[in-house]
Amino acid sequence: MATIDEKRLDGLNTLSGSAQGVTIDALDDQTMVVNMGPQHPSTHGVLRVVLELDGEVIARATPHIGYVHTGIEKEIEYQTYLKAVTLTDRVDYVASLIENAAYSLSVEKLLGVEPPPRGQMLRVMLMEMERIASHLVWLGTHCLDIGAMTVFFYAFQQREKILDMKEMISGVRMMSSWIVPGGLRGDAPEGWFERGKAFCDDFPRAIAEIEDLLNANPIWRERTQGVGVISVEDCLAIGVSGPTLRGTGVAHDIRKAAPYSGYQNFDFHIPVGQYSDVYDRYRVRMAELLQSREIIKQCIEKMPDGPINVDDLKIVPPPRAELDRSMEAVIHHFKLWTEGFHPPVGEAYVPVESGKGEAGYYVVSDGTNRPYRAHRRSASLMNLQALSKMCEGRLIADVVAIIGSIDIVLGEIDR
Amino acid sequence: MTTETVPAPVTEELLEAQKIREQFPDALLSVETFRGDTRILVKREAIVDVCRLMRDDPDLQYNFFSECLGVDYLHSRQRYRFEVVYNLYSLVYEKDGVQVGKNRRIFLKVPVPADDPVVPSVVEVYPGAGFPEREIFDMFGVSFSGNPDLRRLLMPEDWVGHPQRKDYPLGGERVQFPGGKYGPAVGEVAVQHPGESFSGKTGDVQGEPYRAIRTPTPEIGPGTALPPAREEQSSGC
Repeated sequence: MATIDEKRLDGLNTLSGSAQGVTIDALDDQTMVVNMGPQHPSTHGVLRVVLELDGEVIARATPHIGYVHTGIEKEIEYQTYLKAVTLTDRVDYVASLIENAAYSLSVEKLLGVEPPPRGQMLRVMLMEMERIASHLVWLGTHCLDIGAMTVFFYAFQQREKILDMKEMISGVRMMSSWIVPGGLRGDAPEGWFERGKAFCDDFPRAIAEIEDLLNANPIWRERTQGVGVISVEDCLAIGVSGPTLRGTGVAHDIRKAAPYSGYQNFDFHIPVGQYSDVYDRYRVRMAELLQSREIIKQCIEKMPDGPINVDDLKIVPPPRAELDRSMEAVIHHFKLWTEGFHPPVGEAYVPVESGKGEAGYYVVSDGTNRPYRAHRRSASLMNLQALSKMCEGRLIADVVAIIGSIDIVLGEIDR
Repeated sequence: MTTETVPAPVTEELLEAQKIREQFPDALLSVETFRGDTRILVKREAIVDVCRLMRDDPDLQYNFFSECLGVDYLHSRQRYRFEVVYNLYSLVYEKDGVQVGKNRRIFLKVPVPADDPVVPSVVEVYPGAGFPEREIFDMFGVSFSGNPDLRRLLMPEDWVGHPQRKDYPLGGERVQFPGGKYGPAVGEVAVQHPGESFSGKTGDVQGEPYRAIRTPTPEIGPGTALPPAREEQSSGC
């Protein structure tokens, strides 16, 4: 293993931008600095990790982020409450409906309203579909990183079905903004639930197929078992949530601990791991895929009739047909889309369980029609802080597996 | 393995506030509740002690650091400008066969004056505060004494200004590139639609029109020298 003398390191550190944040004093002549990313196929976007290596063993891994910072939080302050929904889609872009729901729930808490049962259940169904889609993206890319390429295609085959269903209900495959404060933009079209049922019937077979490829695969097990171990206490103090936390054996799920949108009415389990390694996180997510399917099935069975939006034309637009008949509806429509609504002064934060962990918008209202401040609690950002703890003492090849296992989305980290 | 936990009803009203009042009588500034959430405003000197109390008190057990965030109130607060909000959660789980955690959430707030924007860091209590504190430092210019790695988190290291401040405009800004180089502002290259109003888009609280805030330097382009730092504009409050 080649070593780098002081002079080389000094030169490295003064290179513009390329080695920012590398502390020289911690290095002796046995360690070496390797820059990974921002353009690296396994960094799931543009994440840069500066690795300090002792031979091939990692002494420290420092994530550097901000490459896709788009100022979404700033931009939200300049939109009305309703228009800001489209920005939330772009935060965690593989699970945009959960984003919409997290934002909408916070705004609804400010307003003090709650959608009727059908709206709630439709939301739950959409959110669980998004969770499946999000987990499938994770599964495909994670396996691709480690070298199991076939799984990527199998996972994305199933994800396509969900995107097709999203397209059927909203006309948009990804950034649909379909969940808005006060309810949803529209009801499910004819044949949508049948399609959901067909998906649910086929899904366990597809998961079994993928698990056949991985569970007993000696390469997969070698690469994942015992890798990236982190203790429960570290997870909690750092703020790690979601499947990464459940992989350590903590049965915490916000859908159970602080139910929103009527999750308390559904029968599902929280899968937990035992060894807190990459393999357990994989097992937890695979089990969650099937739990989400259970929830979708229950939604289809129990879906009540009735309205999907709150009965307040100050918050939701009137039905299209009303606009041709009622002057009042035209006024409401115009006022809503130009001025919007004015929540009372206050602050609200409603945590939801996204595919990555605890997500939520901390929305501050000053009584005007725009959010005074909207901050997205980013599960990926907090989970990424555990990267160094997980990597320490592991080999350089494990970094790829560990980054994949905490399921980061850079759009959510950088916002 | 599952646990069925429902949110604990807040029967003992403001237990957290009572505890703070007992332990640190001077620290508690105010308590507010809004739609079931409790927000406690504490003195910034005491935030580390209060966080430690929240974490270690057997009746509270706030073991999960959810996040912290900044809010810039600019002119709407009398005595201070920024608030840092700490979002703590008491997470229920089984530890060595014993159930710990209370399934409660608390928001601690710290007022930060504009002329001395420094808050003690809670990293020693909650290591997870590292990134969020860096983000607040980056976006609001509030620094955290005791944070071992206080650098910008999202913006480039040589960025001038703090974008989430209320007096930092949106859109009317020349685009900063690393190395002190500036590109044109969005408004300089975008074609304005006749019906479009940029009022309120500038971040100026008085609602100054869009054009007014832009310094008229048409010759500026990529690669030209740094214009006067924005810091001077934004420091007063």
